[in-house]
Amino acid sequence: MSLKVNQTVHELTLEPRVTLLDALREHLGLIGTKKGCDRGQCGACTVLVNGRRVNSCLTLAIMHANDEVVTVEGLAHTDGELHPVQSAFLRHDAFQCGFCTPGQICSAVALLEEHRRGPESADPLTEGAIREGMSGNLCRCGAYPNIVAAIREVGSRA
Amino acid sequence: MHNFSYARAADIDGALRLVSQPGAQFIAGGTNLLDLMKGGVANPDRLIDITRLTALAQIHELPGGGIRIGALATNSDTANQPLIRQRYPLLAQALLSGASPQLRNMATLGGNILQRTRCGYFYDTGFDRCNKRQPGSGCGALQGFNRSHAILGGGESCIAVHPSDMSVALVALDAVVELRTARGARRIPLAEFFRLPGDTPQIDNHLARGEIITAVDLPANRWQEHSAYLKVRDRASYAFALVSVAAALEIQDGIVQDARIVLGGVAHKPWPVPEAATLLRGQRADAEHFREVAEAAVRGAVPQKYNTFKVELAKRAVVRALSTAASAEEMT
Repeated sequence: MSLKVNQTVHELTLEPRVTLLDALREHLGLIGTKKGCDRGQCGACTVLVNGRRVNSCLTLAIMHANDEVVTVEGLAHTDGELHPVQSAFLRHDAFQCGFCTPGQICSAVALLEEHRRGPESADPLTEGAIREGMSGNLCRCGAYPNIVAAIREVGSRA
Repeated sequence: MHNFSYARAADIDGALRLVSQPGAQFIAGGTNLLDLMKGGVANPDRLIDITRLTALAQIHELPGGGIRIGALATNSDTANQPLIRQRYPLLAQALLSGASPQLRNMATLGGNILQRTRCGYFYDTGFDRCNKRQPGSGCGALQGFNRSHAILGGGESCIAVHPSDMSVALVALDAVVELRTARGARRIPLAEFFRLPGDTPQIDNHLARGEIITAVDLPANRWQEHSAYLKVRDRASYAFALVSVAAALEIQDGIVQDARIVLGGVAHKPWPVPEAATLLRGQRADAEHFREVAEAAVRGAVPQKYNTFKVELAKRAVVRALSTAASAEEMT
């Protein structure tokens, strides 16, 4: 099968049972996307498929032959400039151990885009909306206040 | 995970043909099925990918003001569809109270209806006894940790609850589900699609072997001005309901014309309270009458050792949801 990840098409031979997460990590070496619970509960494996955030652990790679997948490795500009959400996470120290961070960042990028396209796009993204919108991403270090602050900063600039 | 073969269906007829093979099962969003397969609870030999049947992902108006939601419409697309938000805010609320944004982006209407219970004794194959997973083996929950389990409609064979929020709202909105086999289509009220465990708790609903859900139809909504979905759970977001209530009222000049109450998290299926309509019709929409509905809602309840709290919780949730619905403004 061919799998398009971060603008590059890869040819892969996979068993049907290989999840998108395992294809990324074990077959393409893209280990930025993390395997936390592997059961759709923690959000560490969040990637963007056709611009929408999904849990890559709960979907099969073979189902995404015609899709565009973006992982945390594909968010920065090709010249190395970080994505605004990545810079904001650095500025706000929005992590401790960092394990959930790639999923948090991918999820936040999608949340900001959902807000931009949604019915409340004229209003700034509230703290409550960020907390609810990020509820699928757990952080066991408890870096939530700084994660919310980072997203809020990017949201207010949009 | 048990290995399996994979085939992608190009159209509905092809999907129905492929799923007629032994051990075959459909996969769409996959958020529940793959979770069950990882745990060894589901072990299909073939998966039939229906995600490319894009005709089934449409949401459109029906003549007469109703709406048709295709079985493959994702939970997020349905919740954010302008027609749904304007005319069926109850459904949008219920959808957005379920799972996480990532899961809602994958989970579909059909899959949400067909999702399995999250009873721990069903979900964890380390437990020997589960009549739903292994018919005849007994029920681990009856004598086990049954805090999240059924208080209504259960029995000695199974006290699992149906976990869907969306389905609770759909039943309150008088949804009709369309099912199709190679021989033709049939339509039944969603409330009758689900079933109680009885002596065959391994069967969640009336979907026949080889049958596919194609759509859910909602009649023109009489409840958009006065509806509310209340979900009570252990944390503020991203948790299954301990108790949920879909409340809908049709009110004219302060007098209730009609009412719907459906409970979630309390039974093997969304639990309608038909007495809501008979008790409230012709009455003022006030707490005194809402309390009568609450009493009716839990009549016959049989709580378990760890979930006696659900009876009072359900009653209070009914009153709260009805009060919210009565005072609700049309969602804009």
